[in-house]
Amino acid sequence: MTNVNKNIIETFDLVKKYGPITAVDKLNLKVPEGTVYGLLGPNGAGKTTTILMLLGLTEPSSGKAIVNGYDPVRNPLEVKAMVGYLPDNVGFYDELTGEENLLYTAQLNGIEPIIAQKRIEHVLKRVGLSKDGKRKVAEYSRGMRQRLGIADVLVKDPKLIIMDEPTLGIDPKGIRELLNLIRELAKEDGRTVLISSHLLHQIQQICDQVGIFVKGKLIAAGTLKELEQQLADRDRLQLELKAIPCDDKLLTICEGLDGVNNLRWEKDLLILECQTDIRENLVKLLTSQGYCPVHLALRGVSLDSIYLRYFQKEGDYFGQDGWLKGLEG
Amino acid sequence: MVRTAGLKDLKAEVARVLGANKGLKAVIKKEVGDHLSGKRFFILALLVVVTCLGALYIAASTLRTSVGQDQLDFVFLRLFTTSGSSLPFSFLSFISFLGPLVGLTLGFDAINGERDRRTLSRILSQPIYRDALINGKFLAGVFVIALVIYGLGFLVGGLGLILIGVPPSWEELLRLMAYLTLSIIYIAFWLALSLLFSIIFRQTSTSALAGIAVWLFLAVFFGLLSGMVADGIYPVQDSNDTQQVLANHRLEQNLSRISPTTLYDEAVTTIMNPAVRTLGPVLLEQAFGALKGSLSLGQSLLLIWPHLVGLVAATLICFALAYIKFMRQEIRA
Repeated sequence: MTNVNKNIIETFDLVKKYGPITAVDKLNLKVPEGTVYGLLGPNGAGKTTTILMLLGLTEPSSGKAIVNGYDPVRNPLEVKAMVGYLPDNVGFYDELTGEENLLYTAQLNGIEPIIAQKRIEHVLKRVGLSKDGKRKVAEYSRGMRQRLGIADVLVKDPKLIIMDEPTLGIDPKGIRELLNLIRELAKEDGRTVLISSHLLHQIQQICDQVGIFVKGKLIAAGTLKELEQQLADRDRLQLELKAIPCDDKLLTICEGLDGVNNLRWEKDLLILECQTDIRENLVKLLTSQGYCPVHLALRGVSLDSIYLRYFQKEGDYFGQDGWLKGLEG
Repeated sequence: MVRTAGLKDLKAEVARVLGANKGLKAVIKKEVGDHLSGKRFFILALLVVVTCLGALYIAASTLRTSVGQDQLDFVFLRLFTTSGSSLPFSFLSFISFLGPLVGLTLGFDAINGERDRRTLSRILSQPIYRDALINGKFLAGVFVIALVIYGLGFLVGGLGLILIGVPPSWEELLRLMAYLTLSIIYIAFWLALSLLFSIIFRQTSTSALAGIAVWLFLAVFFGLLSGMVADGIYPVQDSNDTQQVLANHRLEQNLSRISPTTLYDEAVTTIMNPAVRTLGPVLLEQAFGALKGSLSLGQSLLLIWPHLVGLVAATLICFALAYIKFMRQEIRA
């Protein structure tokens, strides 16, 4: 994280309404320069709408956004000149070759043909499409299209890259390559990357900061550590315990321990809900009583559980079980 | 000297406009390339060229037998207006009929096609103004239409020259140019209309069908409809009553002129046939004592000036509607 104090994106009470529906509700988003920022949320949370507002492609109903010092509503060209946008399900002109598609983008950006040609070669090499540049996009696979999309973004040499669901529909190997590439773009080139996704496992691997976005609202934001902290403050800790021997006396011992609010069995795991982190006391007590703890873990440290817990907390947001199950899968 | 200065001014003006509309040049370049290399355009151009050459052949063979028999003037123009017994269509009527199809084909998937391919948001996130895309698409379409129409007009003219061997006069050449330009404006109207449909309708097939429906309506049924309305408002009970007949006829003609197709047909008939002196009904007493002769080019142009203005206005209104609609539309699919 370089230059943390400067925010490349900042929004102030940004609101977007489509008729009676509020897609984005008083959003205050801050993205520090040079970070990889993950915008996390279920489908229909307003992520794409937010991105379109940041690019000046759609006008906010109220509030405003500042991108690299410019207001996208008033200076859309200045913003679009330094932001590379990769839409979800990016499309190309099938009847043109990969290179021709990139050349069109370069022309729209007013890049001189000679420079454009060099840059196109360079970015195609970078995304691993050097050999396929002269082929028609119609022959490209899904993963190749996505890589061409990244090349397309890089042609204009952007300061900020915004990617909307970049990993959707790509195989695991492709995703790994893609994420490495994104990481490289941020760390080696010093670009800021904003990724919107509903697939948190992937975001977790490469993001410096995340914002959790539900129903048009940013309900939590910060580094992963900060999110854990926020969560710990607001919620009780959960400990997973497995000890040998496993009998009823174990239950009474744990129940009697200071700070334990509640406990229950989950298969062969004993779950302790407690106020503070009591692991040290617990282990001492158990060993003194002749028990041997074989498994002891603090729940809620992966982003996955943070994500889930946030939705559990915001009970009214958590209408459908369907996508939750999808998340776990 | 004056002319070169004018050309320089024009060049500077074009450069200024392109500079102010970032990306316009790139869009035009790409769209023209797309049109010219596309199969769709190739098929359509082939259709138009073949029918027009057929019309030319019929016209030339009809003319060859009749040249010299009576005082035939404006032979060169007759190449475009004469039809034969085996093919009852002239070049003029073919362009009038197929022209709209060319315009519709060039524009019906202009915007919704970009949406379908999911390229719209990617293109608009480049540093160009949103209108550069729609302006570029329209201008590229007009450029292609001009290329086809001028090319076709001069091809047919040149071949006709070989076939009948009567060189055109300057006036005939100018009339031909005026006719071709009018055709471009007329086809540009259909281009603007299909562009509008491509913005209103999300499906390319819907916008294509809507365009064809309007085309058939204006080309075939509109005249019928205006006749029916005129008969309803000014019924002719006594066909000897001049007032009744005139009122009915005038209303019918004015109503039918709402349709750009009527405007175009009237205008090109006047321009290509110097013997046409008026477009309204002529009473016997008005015709009495009139000298036989044809109108000069200036007079013909004067006669169709309102038509020209009407066609340009219809084209611009369609384009303006498309423009406004596109600028207000959400980018999201």
